[in-house]
Amino acid sequence: MSADLNAFITEERIESDADATGPLADATVAVKDNISTAGVTTTCGSEMLADYVPPYSATVVERLTDAGATIVGKANMDEFGMGTTTETSAFGPTRNPADPERVPGGSSGGSAAAVAAGEADIALGSDTGGSVRCPAAFCGVVGIKPTYGLVSRYGLIAYANSLEQIGPIAGTVEEAAAALSVIAGPDPNDGTTRDPTEIDGVDAGTDYAAAADGDVDGLTVGIPTELFDGADERVVETVEAAIADLQTQGAETTEISLPSVEHAVQAYYVIAMAEASSNLARFDGVRYGYRAESDGNWNEAFAETREAFGSEVKRRILLGTYALSAGYHDKYYEKAQDARAWVRQDFEDAFEAVDVIASPTMPVLPFELGESLDDPLRMYLADANTTPVNLANLPAISVPAGEADGLPVGLQLVGPKFDEETVIRAASAVEDR
Amino acid sequence: MSDTSEPGDGSGDAGNPSTVDTAEVEHVAELARVNLDDDEIDQFVDQFAEILEYFEALDEVPETEREESLVNVMRPDEVEEGLTQAEALANAEKTEDGFFTGPKVS
Repeated sequence: MSADLNAFITEERIESDADATGPLADATVAVKDNISTAGVTTTCGSEMLADYVPPYSATVVERLTDAGATIVGKANMDEFGMGTTTETSAFGPTRNPADPERVPGGSSGGSAAAVAAGEADIALGSDTGGSVRCPAAFCGVVGIKPTYGLVSRYGLIAYANSLEQIGPIAGTVEEAAAALSVIAGPDPNDGTTRDPTEIDGVDAGTDYAAAADGDVDGLTVGIPTELFDGADERVVETVEAAIADLQTQGAETTEISLPSVEHAVQAYYVIAMAEASSNLARFDGVRYGYRAESDGNWNEAFAETREAFGSEVKRRILLGTYALSAGYHDKYYEKAQDARAWVRQDFEDAFEAVDVIASPTMPVLPFELGESLDDPLRMYLADANTTPVNLANLPAISVPAGEADGLPVGLQLVGPKFDEETVIRAASAVEDR
Repeated sequence: MSDTSEPGDGSGDAGNPSTVDTAEVEHVAELARVNLDDDEIDQFVDQFAEILEYFEALDEVPETEREESLVNVMRPDEVEEGLTQAEALANAEKTEDGFFTGPKVS
């Protein structure tokens, strides 16, 4: 089964410590292959790290095994998390269990496919611009992108630090929420982590599984027109039906406007590419990773080694270098930071009036394999509804809304900073109908 | 991108519609220390033009006040156990006498 889907790059078990009786005892977990596992190859979906064996484990991996979970393998992914389909992996594409001729979404496609196919109970992905929510939507499972700072990134191989969070994928909202409780919380090894119960103005609990009670009576759901315009009609119909069900369960809906999100994809790609160009400079072939046989000097040898990156990674490194170069920094990078602040402000204003914001997770149904590979801009545009959430550092969940033409459709719910409980509660009502 | 024949001259002719030429792609690739083959350069010339044209829409974004309520998280340095020398070198392709071996400097 797994050979057919190609959900895993490395299938190697990491057992829990002895007779653990934690909240995840007996649970099996697939871990995205950009999350470090001590002694187990961690490739990031790249030739560059094909033989890289981390000397330490990510904090989230330690927390999973401490909670009794067994890790069953390292899940396939777009190279360095750069893609929306899992086709940019150096180890071949993953297939969608719902339709093997289609992509599972990305970049955490192996993680979502493993859960959807029953090869793991839970999976970890990372979400820089939608990389947990997109594959969850395309594969018909649940995926959570936590508030920036809720989950430690220590041991996550960096792509765009200011945007990314590790998040859980599972078959149900409650299982995903239980996994989030295990991996969340401050970590001295990641200075950006926060204890949500100690932040002024935030009334946060952290028993996320308990929040999956399906009680949306009196909840106000904002419907942003911008995130429905331009989406595939079949997706819109499916999502609107799920929202109508929330109304019958006692939720109120109200139309809202988020004008800034029209610029979210541009802002996201400029910022993510800029950060990537800096982060991926570390792959020089000296301390770890692939090293080209070269007689050249330092610069020549470095450039030859870096031929090993795939096309999408090269594209982003070069565009990021360009956007930060003299003469273009103000035009692209500074404007993208303005757009980011505008998006954040728009969401803050919206949450004055509503509790959660609902939209399609992806504006399209899962692509056919190969369909978008030669058209990077088309692939970027599919991230229209997910990237605003990363720019604004907010929590979001993708929950199955139903099917269209036999393919899964995801509904995205976004909440205020550190209010994971509300998005989990609303999502559990979507799943209950 | 400007379509002048001097790639990366820093002038940033931002008013022009996005056009990208081979020399500019080669220049950025050199800055980023990534070798490209001829096919990749041709492909990137077209794709970068399309993507940068799309990024032009950022010009419409109003200047926004950025209220970063961020505070530095500081702590005193503490000596703690780290990787052993063998662990730190284990993933390096070339080492010598307990050191990483780099390419020649010039």
